[in-house]
Amino acid sequence: MSEKKFDPVIVGFFCNWCTSAAADLAGTSRLHYPPNIRPIRVMCSSTVDPVYLIRALQEGADATILGGCHPGDCHYITGNYKARRRVAIVKTVLKSLGFDDTRVLLEWISGSEGPKFARVMNEYTDYIKQRGPSDFKYLDSLGGEEVE
Amino acid sequence: MAMKRIGVFICHCGRNIAGTVDVKRVAEEIGKREDVAFSTTYIFMCSQPGQKLIEDSIKKYNLDGVVVANCSPTLHERTMRNAAARAGLNPYRVEIANIREWAAWPHEDNPEAATRKAIRIINATIEKLKANASLEPIEVPVTRRALVIGGGVAGMQAALDLADSGIETILVEKESSIGGNMFRLSETFPTLDCPQCILTPKMNDVGGHPNIKLYTYSEVEDVEGFMGNFKVKIKKKATFVDWDKCTGCGECLRVCPVHVDSEFDLGMAKRTSIYIANEQAVPLKALIDENSCIRLQFEKKVREGKIKPKKNVKICSKCADVCEPKAIHFQNNEEIVEENVGAIIVATGYEVVPAEAFPELGGKYPDVITALQFERLLAPSGPTAGVPRRPSDGKIPDSIAFLHCVGSRDPQNGVPYCSRICCMYTIKQAMLVKHARPDIAVYDFYIDIRSNGKGYEEFYHRAKEEYGVNFIRGKVSKVYKVGDKYRVQGVDTLTGRIIEVDVDMVVLATAAKGSSTVKELAKKLRIPYDEWGWLKETHLKLKPLETPVGGVFIAGAAQFIKDITDSVSQGSGAAAKAMALLAKPELEKEPLLAKVDQEICAGCGRCKDQCAYDAISIDPVRHVAVVNEALCEGCGACSANCPTTAIQVVNFKKGQIIRAVDILAEVF
Ligand SMILES: Cc1cc2nc3c(=O)[nH]c(=O)nc-3n(C[C@H](O)[C@H](O)[C@H](O)COP(=O)(O)OP(=O)(O)OC[C@H]3O[C@@H](n4cnc5c(N)ncnc54)[C@H](O)[C@@H]3O)c2cc1C
Ligand code: SF4
Ligand code: SF4
Ligand code: FES
Repeated sequence: MSEKKFDPVIVGFFCNWCTSAAADLAGTSRLHYPPNIRPIRVMCSSTVDPVYLIRALQEGADATILGGCHPGDCHYITGNYKARRRVAIVKTVLKSLGFDDTRVLLEWISGSEGPKFARVMNEYTDYIKQRGPSDFKYLDSLGGEEVE
Repeated sequence: MAMKRIGVFICHCGRNIAGTVDVKRVAEEIGKREDVAFSTTYIFMCSQPGQKLIEDSIKKYNLDGVVVANCSPTLHERTMRNAAARAGLNPYRVEIANIREWAAWPHEDNPEAATRKAIRIINATIEKLKANASLEPIEVPVTRRALVIGGGVAGMQAALDLADSGIETILVEKESSIGGNMFRLSETFPTLDCPQCILTPKMNDVGGHPNIKLYTYSEVEDVEGFMGNFKVKIKKKATFVDWDKCTGCGECLRVCPVHVDSEFDLGMAKRTSIYIANEQAVPLKALIDENSCIRLQFEKKVREGKIKPKKNVKICSKCADVCEPKAIHFQNNEEIVEENVGAIIVATGYEVVPAEAFPELGGKYPDVITALQFERLLAPSGPTAGVPRRPSDGKIPDSIAFLHCVGSRDPQNGVPYCSRICCMYTIKQAMLVKHARPDIAVYDFYIDIRSNGKGYEEFYHRAKEEYGVNFIRGKVSKVYKVGDKYRVQGVDTLTGRIIEVDVDMVVLATAAKGSSTVKELAKKLRIPYDEWGWLKETHLKLKPLETPVGGVFIAGAAQFIKDITDSVSQGSGAAAKAMALLAKPELEKEPLLAKVDQEICAGCGRCKDQCAYDAISIDPVRHVAVVNEALCEGCGACSANCPTTAIQVVNFKKGQIIRAVDILAEVF
């Protein structure tokens, strides 16, 4: 790491129907949040395979955030309950391996919650800044192939 | 095969994007990629020339994929896909990179970061796009029948329009008669029509229409399926009377010894335990209210072992004894029927908050009633034949106070919104009282008068000028009993003086809310509603009749409280929406659905457990998962649970997402 102040990488998986719409609204309302958030739209929070989260952390992200509809509001009825279970498992695995499980965050943000979207992004980025870089991404360099 | 000749089109969106993001630099940067054959910018990609640019470039550079970097895909994904299709490129080979809402706008304070983020979003989108397959929309047959839920004026209008256009329509109403709240009204503002006169013909049209199948005293039990093909279970509640035999003669009502509050009259009159909703009910059929019928209660207690029947004791069967066609059988005839429909219209209307919810305004006293109850007392066919009388003693009041905005525009104690119709109906009621009995003193306490409809302001002036109603601008804070009278206390906000009047009766214009049954129903339909029970439209301005669930529409007061004019218009509007849907023999469905690679599927069924639509089955012979394309919605829940990656959503394959994630996760 350079001496420069730590600028974390955070990958955001946002469901199409709620949190992506909230991100649109935050943009339309010109609400600012850090560019550290790197977004990808997925159809539903339930489609996010734990592998995606782990992969992001492995490839360089300091944290990941999964955004879905509020309980009861998932466009696909119950997808967000499934996502909640998956995230719980990922966190348990991370923790049991000695990694920081707060680097995976699940948030419910509805399509009308542009301000909440911006707030969560701001707060989480601040939090991860305090936490410092993730050691998960250096896993590979411990033995296997070198990452560039 | 991964795409090799991708075109990238970066939109300036006037200054919306280009004012922050260095679009030229983005185009240069992206143009360096080997798989990008062409990369350019344009001021408005969504304009005709912008679309033309995309079409021409597809042909000129023989592009095999397109990324348009512009605004949210909700706005122009379809525009761009259509443009590609016109140039002969499969529309599913087009992806949108949202660099306006997701980069330019939130980071307008940091152009450098916004530019880099735009580049990254485009790169990730290209990685996702590269493995997109060419797809054709899936065609699903349509059931050319419609279901309307709620038989108020909005639902009736929708059903009649549909039926007149030749579409077989099912109308489900929870009460035993159609008509809804409008049928309870005395006269209607601003025309002063009698609803019984203008609505009865409509009700009879519905009742006798060859294309309408009417289920009253029924509720929707379960909804399955999707746009064009819904399977609906309807519960016909127990009436204990054979409606095929009942002629509606009403003989039974004369002999029934039990009297309880009438639902139709909202407690302003009594009905018998066996009853007909009202004299002009459609259908005109009798039913027994299980909770008050002596015989049914007795039988229930015997069934539960609470009492032992003595021999030779005759339990009441007075109604059955006088029923000539022998329609009354006392048997629980609850029944579930199934109907297949292609479109659904929800028109479940509104309810008003009961007076009891406002104890400080005297809601606990019998002579302090809601305006809807008062409508019954003003109705010529109502329990008092249109002459207002006090519920407590039947006395014609010398004075009446009307209170506007009770619980409305009051976020602390009620609802934040204006209930929209109260000013007008209160003015109407005050006028009708004066018309029937000019000697009754009328005090009308309002905050503002909201009379914004055709002929509404004129109607208000008539009330003031011709009928001498006392309009007092002020909010009432307290109503309490003083002897035989009710003291109404408030402040006149025009003069600042405290006002106190003693009246014989108080009518509260209480707030309106969505039907209390609507939340349960909305869950079955998977459509959204708000905390006050109003159904949520897709877009308040541009899609007021649509819901996020394809094929499900809303109409009338179910969406938000409104007057009859607007309710009827929405009923017709929703019917037109449904007709447009049902006019096609087949519907096109997005082909972005789950697909199983049967070579690697282990048949474990873990995907099946995840599917909320029951779209997956395990083939018993080959022992692999099979997806029903008509049912699959493409959420991808199954794929996240598959241990072998056999099941994946087309164009959202795991490899595609992971490659995009790799770009996003990359350290600067
Ligand atoms: C005091 C008062 C006076 C009014 N006076 C006037 C007036 O003078 N002029 C005017 O233009 N407007 C007036 N209105 C407004 C008028 O009543 C409404 O505009 C109109 O009734 C709305 O019609 P609707 O069909 O949308 O709803 P509703 O009339 O409420 O009908 C809804 C129907 O759906 C049924 N239903 C509800 N839930 C279910 C379910 N889950 N399953 C099956 N069925 C269900 C209900 O039983 C009902 O029959 C007045 C309103 C009030 C409160
Ligand atoms: S979860 Fe995967 S392997 Fe198991 S049945 Fe479904 S598709 Fe086949
Ligand atoms: S994507 Fe999978 S879980 Fe979702 S609806 Fe289709 S089959 Fe069911
Ligand atoms: S669609 Fe938003 S969580 Fe399922």
